Amino acid sequence: MTDRLPGFSTLAVHAGAQPDPTTGARATPIYQTTSFVFNDADHAASLFGLQSFGNIYTRIGNPTNAVLEERVAALEGGTAALAVASGHAAQVVVLQQLMKPGDEIVAARKLYGGSINQFTHAFKSFGWNVAWADPDEIESFERAVTPHTKAIFIESIANPSGSVTDIEAIAAVARKAGVPLIVDNTLATPYLIKPIDHGADIVVHSLTKFLGGHGNSLGGIIVDGGTFDWSKDNKYPMLSEPRPEYHGIKIQETFGNFAFAIACRVLGLRDLGPALSPFNAFMILTGIETLPLRMQKHCDNAKAVAEFLAGHPAVASVNYAGLPGDKYNNLARKYAPKGAGAVFTFSLKGGYDAGVNLVSNLRLFSHLANVGDTRSLVIHPASTTHSQLDDAAKVKSGAAPDVVRLSIGIEDKDDLIADLDQALGA
Amino acid sequence: MNHDTYPDNYIRGILNSVKSIAMVGASPVNVRPSYFAFKYLAERGYDMIPVNPGHVGKSLLGKPFVASLADIGRPIDMVDIFRNSSHIMPVVEEALRLSPLPKVIWMQLGARDDAAAAKAEAVGIKVVMNRCPKIEYGRLSSEISWMGVNSRTLSSKRAPMPTQGMRLSLNRMSVGGGETAASDRAAKNKTETT
Ligand SMILES: Cc1ncc(COP(=O)(O)O)c(C=O)c1O
Repeated sequence: MTDRLPGFSTLAVHAGAQPDPTTGARATPIYQTTSFVFNDADHAASLFGLQSFGNIYTRIGNPTNAVLEERVAALEGGTAALAVASGHAAQVVVLQQLMKPGDEIVAARKLYGGSINQFTHAFKSFGWNVAWADPDEIESFERAVTPHTKAIFIESIANPSGSVTDIEAIAAVARKAGVPLIVDNTLATPYLIKPIDHGADIVVHSLTKFLGGHGNSLGGIIVDGGTFDWSKDNKYPMLSEPRPEYHGIKIQETFGNFAFAIACRVLGLRDLGPALSPFNAFMILTGIETLPLRMQKHCDNAKAVAEFLAGHPAVASVNYAGLPGDKYNNLARKYAPKGAGAVFTFSLKGGYDAGVNLVSNLRLFSHLANVGDTRSLVIHPASTTHSQLDDAAKVKSGAAPDVVRLSIGIEDKDDLIADLDQALGA
Repeated sequence: MNHDTYPDNYIRGILNSVKSIAMVGASPVNVRPSYFAFKYLAERGYDMIPVNPGHVGKSLLGKPFVASLADIGRPIDMVDIFRNSSHIMPVVEEALRLSPLPKVIWMQLGARDDAAAAKAEAVGIKVVMNRCPKIEYGRLSSEISWMGVNSRTLSSKRAPMPTQGMRLSLNRMSVGGGETAASDRAAKNKTETT
């Protein structure tokens, strides 16, 4: 019998999950427990020594979370994954494996505003320096690389602008520099884009958005592409050198092509502590089962709404990569042929005030600081998510004062269009 | 055999059929990968024999070390080589002098010697290179899923609760023929850089 390859929707439902060993429960149980009993002293020692597969304590691993991890690893085509408490936690845990004080990361200027804050302020206090590069100008990444560079970080589809990044071109820069490419795939999800297929080495997500998809649970995940050789030179001692916290184990030598995920778990999550609640893991897993259905509907609705806005007299411009003629339409067709996502921005002829007005007149769209909910959402980034940035940085990250961001939900598209129409006319 | 990627059925067939495994280069130091693999395979019911001339007189988890494959003195199904690529050939040559021949020669993660593999395959021995039998067993049984690792298999049957000495079913549905594009690329990057 030859192996038949299951498709994406089958993986979204099945990967990582199987009926419970003791009860036969078919849905993944919520293992709401802090700890797991050992069979005997030897079993405990081999678990703590990483010699056996199994569970110890939920800060290090949990069976519900493990199903989520394998599910997302399978959807992304990675070797392993680690779920953590939030998207931001995922980013800290990843970089803790790679960076020491004085090291640098090259990051795309077009990132979620919270990530720009995290990189600029929190990471600076760890002694990790950021060099910003412009994803619209690939050479700027090359120019930003120095001997201290340890990684390159981009978003596949950027928040809030919805612009599509040329992952393969930046992966080539990373390969030449001998550093891993980390892609935040939150806005695309693996249904639209699988960054590892395009040369990414590590994928991170805020599970809070489309993967969970229902606006009810925070979570984050790190996916190991299994593609990077951490022991090639001495750049990544967390992976290549004997680890004193595990009596001298070398992580890559022992765990091969899923060593990065293991390092994130046993060195990062264990010691930094941002564990995901098993309850949240369950909610997110349930969301992922319908990811392909939801994501297609999100994209189809977004395209219809973007087309409507583009024809509206009060609208100055619409930035949706799914529209023909958009600056990013070619990249969208290459990387995300099923749809260009459901988060995009537009600007109003009436500027800042018109933006504020629109938000207050909408009846179906919710005014809040999130994306990737079943519900349609609206926000004015300049006064909220990106308010800490100065005006120049706002413009560069796609959050100019006249810009409104939408996250299109899975309602009936005609109702969304009618709501925008009445709010724009009011 | 294409040694860049292996179909799951190939690995599954080997792990389902072999019973005794001689591990060349087994270490009694409990942080070495060979110790991890030896212990795990013993727990999953394989008849394990540690081979390491530096440790004769000692034993590993109750199994006495022998100095060489020839010293085992009984037929073995598989030779698992925990040595660097540069030390593979003499071990394979030694294995080829055994009578009866082993059915499988397995080279550990990071170890690969295509010439040695060709010699073994010429006499009908199955060869696996640059893989870990512990990882592959854990993957195909999905026991490795506890660690968030992508087993690249699916099953709608109730999972077993593994106990000491228990053999696990490896007959799950495979995803992606046992190789993701990602690990293919890792193998390729590795050969390009070395
Ligand atoms: C693209 C992107 N990355 C990361 C994050 C941070 O995720 P979390 O809020 O789960 O920490 C967000 C949140 O808005 C995001 O949109």
